[in-house]
Amino acid sequence: MSWITKTLTSTIGRKIIMSVTGLFLCTFLVVHLVGNLQLFKHDHGAAFNIYSHFMGTNPIIRTIEWGLVLGFGFHIYEAFALTSRNKSARGAQGYVSNHAEQNSEWTSRNMGILGTIILIFLLIHLYNFFWRARFGSLDPDINNNDDLYSLVVSSFKQWWYVVLYVAAQISLGYHLWHGFRSGFQTLGLNHRKYTPIIKYAGYVFAVVVSAAFASMPLYFFLFTNEKGELAANAPTLIHAVASAF
Amino acid sequence: MAGSNPNAKPMNLTLNVWRQPNRHTQGKIVEYKVKDISPEMSFLEMLDVLNEDLLRAGQDPVAFDHDCREGICGSCDLFINGRSHGPEKGTTTCQLHMRKFSDGDTITIEPWRATAFPVNKDLSVDRSAFDRIIQAGGYISVNTGGVPDGNEIPVPKDLADRAFEAATCIACGACVAACKNASAMLFVSAKVSQLSLLPQGQPERKTRVENMVAQMDKEGFGACSNIGSCAAECPVGISLENIAILNREFLTAKATSNNLA
Repeated sequence: MSWITKTLTSTIGRKIIMSVTGLFLCTFLVVHLVGNLQLFKHDHGAAFNIYSHFMGTNPIIRTIEWGLVLGFGFHIYEAFALTSRNKSARGAQGYVSNHAEQNSEWTSRNMGILGTIILIFLLIHLYNFFWRARFGSLDPDINNNDDLYSLVVSSFKQWWYVVLYVAAQISLGYHLWHGFRSGFQTLGLNHRKYTPIIKYAGYVFAVVVSAAFASMPLYFFLFTNEKGELAANAPTLIHAVASAF
Repeated sequence: MAGSNPNAKPMNLTLNVWRQPNRHTQGKIVEYKVKDISPEMSFLEMLDVLNEDLLRAGQDPVAFDHDCREGICGSCDLFINGRSHGPEKGTTTCQLHMRKFSDGDTITIEPWRATAFPVNKDLSVDRSAFDRIIQAGGYISVNTGGVPDGNEIPVPKDLADRAFEAATCIACGACVAACKNASAMLFVSAKVSQLSLLPQGQPERKTRVENMVAQMDKEGFGACSNIGSCAAECPVGISLENIAILNREFLTAKATSNNLA
């Protein structure tokens, strides 16, 4: 083995891959979230469909997409590799009595479970939207773009789909709650000036990103008709917020 | 007893103690009752009482590690009621006193659990993995020759303080015991940052972190998940910042050392 593979398969090396891919996936979340905010526009999905057409066909985006595949791939692979190693490090005989809740946060100890929920969500999410947009046939919208918007609206009109999405976003929120600052710590970026800022920025990031993603299925399920138009009897607050888009 | 509190009422306790004859035999929890335990006893003195009872009854006493009983040596490795060194923060088992418990309590006592720390007998574990990690790089070279003038080596006060804080690690293994991953990174990071912060540690700076991490992995310790239970349970308060320093030192050494292996 060369020094490179030795470094990257050491305990610290694997954690560094987790951290780099994790922070990269955080940037993906921002891009994905900002693009998807177009779902809230009152244009029957015209802008969203133009955006999704661009994301599905632009050669630069399609190239970076492979980076995203690798980012997810390595993050998931290293999670399994590290979990397996860590489990054998404890050994077959665990503690009869263990009160980890008295010395650490629940989220930090359950990143694997949270990640697995997100992975299951991701597979369903990719099949329902990405796969059908890329390889299926969608009806054209008024601009003759594939009408992904209508698929989104009809999906979010099914209660079990909304439950799945909201549960996944709660998991994502907890995953980011620990993961964001943990990524910086693993890279050695710990400093008394910046670590408190990183910590609270991570909390804000976790809450804002997961809440904003969860708001999309909830909005369509609770407040719009079958075409995605805001219902007249929706609460005034929702009307006020929606008018901003 | 000098300085004893006449109002301290003796306690009766139930102990669930891990008993295991040797490294290769499966152990189990055995229940014992101890009576008339003074609240002023240390936890280890309470175990001494249990062992005297067992010896009088012709039974095998419970093996447990202890040495200085002053909170300095780090020998007393007991996992008490699901916590390294018991419920009190910043303390070793020998400095944990029975006044922290109440009459009628049930206390579960287990050894450190880690593949790299095999159980010798009962509550005593083999922590020589830590010795081998230190041997792999936790030292500085001292050259022969005349004694250098101490003031010729400038050490900023804040770095000296941080190095000293890291150097207070007593290698008790509470971090490994508390960690969900049985990771030894708090221990390794304490030694790596102590020596890398000081001028005397510079000659071996890169080889030290490379070799100590390689030995840590070879011993079978887990990876760090930045959970922080290690630092929370550390009797001397080694901080997680040291693990960030370890990661940084490791990455820098791997990227810039001349070691191609």
